Amino acid sequence: MVTTTEKSAIIRMFHVHKRYNTKQALADITLDIHKNEFLFIGGPSGAGKSTLLKLLYLAEPVSSGQILVDGMNLSRIPRGRIPFLRRKFGVIFQDYKLIPTRTVYENVAIVLEACGQSRGVVEKKVRNMLRVVGMEDRLKAYPPGLSGGEQQRIAVARAVVGDPDIILADEPTGSLDDESAHVIFELLARFYLRGATVVVATHDRSLIGSAIGRVVHLREGRLDSGSES
Amino acid sequence: MFFHIRKALTDIRENRFLNTVTLFTISLCVLNVCAFCLLYINVQDMFDNWKKGLRVMVYLTPELTDARRQEMTSQLKDMKDVQAVRFISKTQALALMKERMPRQTSLLENLRENPLPDAFEVTLTPQVHSPGKMESLAKTIESLAGVSDVEYGRPWIERFSRFFNLFKLAGYGLGAIFFMATIFITANTIRLILYTRREEMQIMRLVGATDSFINMPYYLEGIIQGGVGGLVGIGLLYGVFSLMGDQFRETLSAEMVKIRFLPLSICILMVCGSMATGLLSAFFSLKQFMKR
Repeated sequence: MVTTTEKSAIIRMFHVHKRYNTKQALADITLDIHKNEFLFIGGPSGAGKSTLLKLLYLAEPVSSGQILVDGMNLSRIPRGRIPFLRRKFGVIFQDYKLIPTRTVYENVAIVLEACGQSRGVVEKKVRNMLRVVGMEDRLKAYPPGLSGGEQQRIAVARAVVGDPDIILADEPTGSLDDESAHVIFELLARFYLRGATVVVATHDRSLIGSAIGRVVHLREGRLDSGSES
Repeated sequence: MFFHIRKALTDIRENRFLNTVTLFTISLCVLNVCAFCLLYINVQDMFDNWKKGLRVMVYLTPELTDARRQEMTSQLKDMKDVQAVRFISKTQALALMKERMPRQTSLLENLRENPLPDAFEVTLTPQVHSPGKMESLAKTIESLAGVSDVEYGRPWIERFSRFFNLFKLAGYGLGAIFFMATIFITANTIRLILYTRREEMQIMRLVGATDSFINMPYYLEGIIQGGVGGLVGIGLLYGVFSLMGDQFRETLSAEMVKIRFLPLSICILMVCGSMATGLLSAFFSLKQFMKR
């Protein structure tokens, strides 16, 4: 029998383990993430938060266990389908991962171009998204010339411009001042309210404190029992 | 596609130095291969021209009747690869000999009887150029009743044919070496460019770009490099060919055959081959790089 919880879960993790050689990064993670949920994954540095996110968009394979994303079993997904799985996600990386030799516009446009969208559509969507994140006047700037907060806003714009079902944010406010962190958090909340599922991995207690959703904690690669709030 | 072409051109512009080196290398390789082709087609022309004058002398037995000779003329004319048949009587042959050897006229005039046989001069079509084909034709003619001997300059033809085959073989070898060298150099340049772009490629993968989307600009880059390199190589060769001067070409032409530049079809083929080489180079370097 399929329960309502199972039915609405967009991500399901069953006894997931991840090892790097002898080091156990994640152990026995079983977790459901629901559609249009705002989930915080808290925990200290090295707890396995980033690893957990990487497993979801297949930047790393699981060592054992299973992950289902929108009904797709990630262990059985053919190599050629991985890019299409990744398009379901908008990922905000801890280190921004912006291409330094490309302009702000090109960095955001790359997601839509990769999906084969026409030039006109790309331009319209990119300009609109840069307006949303307040960067419309920096279209032609290059990432190395921007502040950390500005780079993170570009990273947010790139993550959401393709209108993904799930937004994964890895320490999105980690290296930002309070004001910039607030802007980024507001942006994430705005996309959540538009219907996206948002998963934020952070060690920032103040961010978790302002939580508008569920919180789970990781400690030494394990879900802290009774940590859900 | 327009997006990929734009990206390929941007990449070429951004890696000007590496691309110039590759272009120069491709041009030199194409120049060498084309120079060999130029030599080859002109030697081939020379050979064809020489073949137009290729004759087989068919010497007849003294007791041959006129009727049989007429019959033999038709038989020879009906043979495949025979262009023309001319009868040279022993009297005509002696007169010709006297004409060609004026210093020995007194010797020839003192002969009690004409020692030369009647003969047919058989002109062959230009398609007959291999010694094997000529030998089989000579054997067929030799088997006809009334033929005493057949002469067609076999050793000379064999020697020339062997030389020509060796020349062709050397051309293939040279072509293969240049082909591999071009692939190796172009592939290495593209690999260097890929190293500078590896972070970008990794990010593109993470945001959902397919391998073909990531690879396409590099394939195009290889094709563009190959195409431009091919055109430059042929252009350089044409420049050298023109600089040789009409006078030099005329001297050669008067002696043997008109010296000509590569036909357009060969030039197009060379540029296409060069583009294919560029594409292959990109394919090999990407195949290795994308495994990482």
